[in-house]
Amino acid sequence: MSDPIRQDEAAAKTRRARNIVLALGLVVFVILVYVVTVFQMGANVLERPI
Amino acid sequence: MAMSEALSTPKAPARWQDIVQLLKPRVMSLVVFTALTGMVCAPAHIHPVLGAIAILCVAVGAGASAALNMWYDADIDARMRRTRGRPVPSGKVAGADALTLGVILSMFSVMLMGMTANWFAAGLLAFTILFYAVVYTMWLKRSTAQNIVIGGLAGALPPVIGWAAVTGTAPANAWLLCAIIFMWTPPHFWALSLYTSEDYAKAGVPMMPVVKGAASTRRQILVYSLLLIPVCLAPAFTGLGGPVYLAVAGFGGAVFLLLAWRLFRSHAGEAADPRNDDGLYDVRAGARDARNLFAFSILYLALLFATLLGEHLAGLNPLELLQ
Repeated sequence: MSDPIRQDEAAAKTRRARNIVLALGLVVFVILVYVVTVFQMGANVLERPI
Repeated sequence: MAMSEALSTPKAPARWQDIVQLLKPRVMSLVVFTALTGMVCAPAHIHPVLGAIAILCVAVGAGASAALNMWYDADIDARMRRTRGRPVPSGKVAGADALTLGVILSMFSVMLMGMTANWFAAGLLAFTILFYAVVYTMWLKRSTAQNIVIGGLAGALPPVIGWAAVTGTAPANAWLLCAIIFMWTPPHFWALSLYTSEDYAKAGVPMMPVVKGAASTRRQILVYSLLLIPVCLAPAFTGLGGPVYLAVAGFGGAVFLLLAWRLFRSHAGEAADPRNDDGLYDVRAGARDARNLFAFSILYLALLFATLLGEHLAGLNPLELLQ
């Protein structure tokens, strides 16, 4: 019989690692949206009427 | 789907590595390669950063459709040796999680593609994901022996998406790249299915050797190979490929036809060798010719696209020279 406490710890560790990777994925997506926005505006942002 | 539901209750939480496996990373790398070729061959320029993000969108879109495929096909995958170790049938990831991931990544990839490149490329990406997940996975795969012929369109579209991301259009040359992969898919997959047909039969997937038999499959492989080679040579005459491409397409095409002819004359797919029951890609009696064509088909496609990529990156852009 395996130790249920150890099993819980292992499950929690797996879940934490997975959540970190998913969070990093979301952060990367946000950064990409920001980068794309900056590049798409490019020099045009300086040409708009003030 | 009943089995899919039954399989979707993992005992332990999914590891992030299992979630990555849902995206079929190896298929993603192929898609990236062909989309990049389409992007580089297009007679226009995109900022490298935006180009890289557009390619990432194609890769994530391919991963999303793979996750949707694994969700829906969990019952089939569980019955086949080649696929039973996948995250959903092996119980590592819940089917519902695969579905959720597939839907979310589809939306993110299409949305980001629209913002990064243009909405035409984003529309093509959305169409590709839907075509693979709905038309191929949910409909064709289980209902017709022509499943991989028609479904092959999904795998053939990435170069068009890459091209459209740069120019906002999809001219004939972009569709020529699509046609190469489309015509290449049947001989490639049918050669594989000749020595894995028992697996497909067990899972109830109507692959060509299961439905029409090995002899008919070998004949159709030869016919598709004969149709494929002119399509592969065509870019050299439309200004897309240069002399190096013509040489690679011509020489490689000759080898392809030779292997297809040998396969046609063989008895591949007709007899099973029980001694090889444990190895998925072990050669069944007389199936060596099928494996040879399968292996060479991968090399041939890779060489064609690598040559196009190389020619255009080296500045040998026949399209621009023609203009």
